[in-house]
Amino acid sequence: MQNTSNDILVAAGIVKTFPGAIALNRVDFSLRRGEVHALLGENGAGKSTLIKCMTGAYRRDAGTLTLDGDEIDPRDTLDAQKLGIGTVYQEVNLLGNLSVAENLFLGRQPRRFGLIQTGEMKKRATALLAQYGIDINVSSALESYSVAIQQVVAIARAVDLSGKVLILDEPTASLDAQEVEMLFGIVRDLKAKGLGIVFITHFLEQVYDLSDRITVLRNGQLVGTRDTASLPRRELVTMMLGHELQSVEKAVAAAETASGPVHFRFSNYGKSGKIKPFDLDVRKGEVVGIAGLLGSGRTETAELMFGVHKADSGSADIAGKPANLSSPRAAIAEGFGFCPEDRKLDGIIGELSVRENIVLALQARRGWARPLSDFEQNALADRYIKALDIRTSDREKPIRLLSGGNQQKAILARWLATNPQFLILDEPTRGIDVGAHAEIIRLIGELCAQGMSLIVISSELEELVAYSSRIIVLRDRAHVAELTGSEITTEHIVNAIAGATSLGGVQ
Amino acid sequence: MNQKYLPLIATIIIFVVSYAACAAQYPNILSTRVIGNLLTDNAFLGIAAVGMTFVILSGGIDLSIGSVIAFTGIFLAVILQNTGIHPLAAFVLVLIITTLFGAIMGAIIHYLEMPAFIVTLAGMFLARGMAFVLSIDSIPIKHPFYATMKTFYYKLPGGGRITLIGGLMLLVFAAGILIAQRTRFGTNVYALGGGPQTSALMGVPVGRTTIMIYGLSGFLAGLSGIVYSLYTSAGYSLATVGVELDAIAAVVIGGTLLTGGAGFVGGTLVGVLIQGLIQTYITFDGSLSSWWTKILIGALLFAFILMQKAILFLSRQNRKYS
Repeated sequence: MQNTSNDILVAAGIVKTFPGAIALNRVDFSLRRGEVHALLGENGAGKSTLIKCMTGAYRRDAGTLTLDGDEIDPRDTLDAQKLGIGTVYQEVNLLGNLSVAENLFLGRQPRRFGLIQTGEMKKRATALLAQYGIDINVSSALESYSVAIQQVVAIARAVDLSGKVLILDEPTASLDAQEVEMLFGIVRDLKAKGLGIVFITHFLEQVYDLSDRITVLRNGQLVGTRDTASLPRRELVTMMLGHELQSVEKAVAAAETASGPVHFRFSNYGKSGKIKPFDLDVRKGEVVGIAGLLGSGRTETAELMFGVHKADSGSADIAGKPANLSSPRAAIAEGFGFCPEDRKLDGIIGELSVRENIVLALQARRGWARPLSDFEQNALADRYIKALDIRTSDREKPIRLLSGGNQQKAILARWLATNPQFLILDEPTRGIDVGAHAEIIRLIGELCAQGMSLIVISSELEELVAYSSRIIVLRDRAHVAELTGSEITTEHIVNAIAGATSLGGVQ
Repeated sequence: MNQKYLPLIATIIIFVVSYAACAAQYPNILSTRVIGNLLTDNAFLGIAAVGMTFVILSGGIDLSIGSVIAFTGIFLAVILQNTGIHPLAAFVLVLIITTLFGAIMGAIIHYLEMPAFIVTLAGMFLARGMAFVLSIDSIPIKHPFYATMKTFYYKLPGGGRITLIGGLMLLVFAAGILIAQRTRFGTNVYALGGGPQTSALMGVPVGRTTIMIYGLSGFLAGLSGIVYSLYTSAGYSLATVGVELDAIAAVVIGGTLLTGGAGFVGGTLVGVLIQGLIQTYITFDGSLSSWWTKILIGALLFAFILMQKAILFLSRQNRKYS
């Protein structure tokens, strides 16, 4: 049957629920032949859930999938591959210990009398890769090649096996500019051959460079599908972040730029592959906000300052003296504290009690040879439970039983107990209810009034505007703008994220 | 040059150099008699080590093979003593039993998601226990067929002999190399060693391959038991204790990565021969305690583990700057 429409893959009304959450709520998505379609959204927007529903990794709860005019229902990723939908992930899902040729032909090696024809296989593999402009020794182990080459091999395998739809899930996250260019050339060739390509990335530059259409998801809902050419960046960022762009003026008067001497100075501080070198000065009692889309280098900046990753360029000074921030241990010794973004993963230890979670960092700084006595621990825990109003029946309750906001406050208490000079909060208000939200913001104000320096990373722009005395804007792993004083408005932040040239002018 | 051959080449160089060193001291070591004996004396270990190579390449381990060899020996001795069954039929029967034994362990490892170490440890005790149930005595095998089998050999110039069992070992190695390098099953074994989840995503039949790997190891352990019973003309339930560890040592010295995914069946042959050479040297010397074999094997193992680490480290460095 001749398929009259130009759509190759259509997903209509896809619903996927997980216990306690609707991950996708009646999402529609259509992919045309010969187009690159960018799928965008912040963390938790439902991008990967949608992809997994289309590749059979998840079973959808409702909705239809149509490939080439026929309804399909892939049971798993292998099934989807047979139907024609291939996927390439950020982490190359191939076997590094096998040769390039074996990876390309695993499970379908040419055979004669039951034996693999190695020569024939190598010849075919070389020919296949030649289509992608790559000439390598296909009998070498895959892991002996760079990630970019491995990505191309993964794409070659996926296209060879499926051949209709190619899904690229953040393929460029660990590539350098030259490698990205090579990969894009390949993607454009495939597009010219009539493949439908879904492209997921956090890099807006790449979206505009490569894609024909853009679909934005937010909180499991479809925000819209637009032609890339007619969608200004500013509007795209607004679609992703979901802010009505009324300019929220700075409400808090306390945010006159703190005028004391610079206490913490990072100069040319960076790590290749994580974040480009940046300069950042922080005064005592100052709140510096960090804004940017997911993947723009926000968390990387925080982790670098806290020594989770070791900087490979630049230096850090505290009060004019060089500081050693080579590991979290060293950073804690310098008076740093860090509340990470994913509480469940990096922050709380769910089985331990509220008390144990609170004393953890202080105990770590003292060293295990000098344990805090039970009395000190109890006093400390009680003090912060009271001061931060942590709602718990008693201090020995396992922390996983607390609500998100109270867990967040307990982690905050953990760092406050170490009496830090410099505290980094990564998304302190994510996933907590409105009441706790306001309290955390009030706490931030109190803390800097006490002379503590804070770095706050947040996607909530109004929030940043409310308490920051300065805002650093990040884009594509680099610090691109610094807003001070009256420049601090949500509109300016969005403009800076979108990369508009002049700060004031809209459009 | 292809980096994956480095450990194999290192093993071969060590073998050639140490053989030359031994020959310099005792020129007789070069005689075909010694070479023939080297093959005959290590035939049972070599055959079992081929199965172990597949298991280790897939990222697993099989601790049961020493017990399975002993079980096979005592099973043959008992059945030939008490029934009129022909040894060849008994061989077929015992091979079916040991292959099934291995395959069941493979199925447990895959379907119950148990570590191979624990499952085959249980298999080790089980097989050894079954051997004791059959008999606790050393039972000689006096069947005339055994005597006939010993008369089959290929005479080398210089008086050496490639015996039936020595030749069988070489054949098993040849078949093992072919299976590992030239069949889809062989590639799947390497794939499992590279990562079971990724393999499954790429369409490797993980369950079937795992069962076949341990089945193959069981089959070769049974074959090794038959060879051992021909070699000793007896069955004894306390025989071949710890042979699985000798086989693991041969595999690792042969250049196979203990974590799986990289190595060669051919390397294992060299690993077995290095062990045999050390023993031969000690026999020639006459004054050294046979424990020196263990000490040297231990030192070699350490050296190889260090070398593998070094090669891994260097290959990462290379990739970074290429």
